[in-house]
Amino acid sequence: MSKSGLFRLTIGRKIAMALSALFLMIFLLQHLTINFSAVVSPDTFNELSHFMGTNPVIQFFAQPILIFAVVFHFVMGFILEIRNRKARPINYAKNNGAANSTWMSRNMIYSGLVILAFLVLHFIDFWLPEMNYKYIEMNAADPNRYYEELLHKFAHPARVIAYVVAFILLALHLLHGFGSAFQSMGQNNKYIDSLKKFGVFYSIVVPLGFIITAIALYLQH
Amino acid sequence: MNLKLKIWRQKNSNDKGKIVDYAISDIEPDMSFLEMLDVLNDELINKGETPVAFDHDCREGICGSCSLFINGRAHGPDTGIATCQLHMRKFKDGDTIYIEPFRARAFPVIKDLAVDRSAFDRIQHAGGYVSVNTSGNTQDANNIPIPKENADTAFDSATCIGCGACVAACKNSSARLFVSAKVSQMALLPQGQIEAKTRVLNMTEQMDKEGFGNCSNTGACEVECPKGISLENIARQIREYAKATTATKK
Repeated sequence: MSKSGLFRLTIGRKIAMALSALFLMIFLLQHLTINFSAVVSPDTFNELSHFMGTNPVIQFFAQPILIFAVVFHFVMGFILEIRNRKARPINYAKNNGAANSTWMSRNMIYSGLVILAFLVLHFIDFWLPEMNYKYIEMNAADPNRYYEELLHKFAHPARVIAYVVAFILLALHLLHGFGSAFQSMGQNNKYIDSLKKFGVFYSIVVPLGFIITAIALYLQH
Repeated sequence: MNLKLKIWRQKNSNDKGKIVDYAISDIEPDMSFLEMLDVLNDELINKGETPVAFDHDCREGICGSCSLFINGRAHGPDTGIATCQLHMRKFKDGDTIYIEPFRARAFPVIKDLAVDRSAFDRIQHAGGYVSVNTSGNTQDANNIPIPKENADTAFDSATCIGCGACVAACKNSSARLFVSAKVSQMALLPQGQIEAKTRVLNMTEQMDKEGFGNCSNTGACEVECPKGISLENIARQIREYAKATTATKK
């Protein structure tokens, strides 16, 4: 990259981090919309899932972008975290971080790691079986299978608890991450206070929506 | 007031260093924190021990020399002040006070509590200036009309005294608040426009080279800054940086 490349220095990498975060936050809204339809109407959920699972634009264009964004977000998160740790080789004997910053802002790496662990579980639960069903076993498309499969996944309370815990950590991650993404893109202007308020709303409502869906599906049994 | 002090002692930059306990008595609540350390040093000298090295100069909150990480906070348990403006009335009789140097790879300890903050100087040398031809025909800066809001905002940025509290308070030892204030004070004024692109690129590059961490937007720097430099400066630095890196080459 040229000497003046946008992403060469850490400040540019944070811009890239913020851009991937924005993409993921939009994706979360879309994911929640489909999930929540399972609670409202199983037929709608089946229709939407069938569309998402078979539409070639979604499958071969949007899905690879999403996977790239997820991998990029956590790999860059690790790279930046390693550099940050190197920047302070000796820690303070006494450090009162709570006096000047929130727990969420200081522990993004830990909330992020929990979300990453959840994503591994989520891939094993849904994505891998889905890939196997469609592209390895080459089963015929069945537009009515999705809701039954979803219900089956949420039969075990342990899985529901794991999902709920992960979404609480996601809420904590978003509570700092939403506003932070805009700041990282240089958008600290007259709208920042309203944006941060909307960020708090988003960070609570979206994970809560996922939690309600998981619990509602469990209670269907 | 009687106090227990836990002070970082380190003979030189090669020494490993450790926390050493001291007891100090008869401290007046109206003393400044640095005066309390002066009293301790007098006692140590009288006992034939080596006094504690710490940075200080103007002792009126202007020079940015005094550092110190006190009880887990840069410049101690108050906001909008340098350590010289911290008074002992902020503590209670019998308190234990941790006194440590500002911690950052880019701020190596010279001795005890004194750290080398010349990384900030090198960042300034990389672009924190305007080149003005002083041949005698230089235009009076006061003759250049500048919107009041821009002049005020640039002045707010220029109040940064380069003390390094932002680095000390940041969990990543990031120098972004300092660098962004120095970029902002020029970016907002017409005199700063000629070198705007190279300034932000060179200063940001030097900041990375010095080994400071990056910004996680925790806002700790803004809270601990003795001059109230705001996070808006950091956002402005990003905009300046994005402008400079994406501008079409002429």
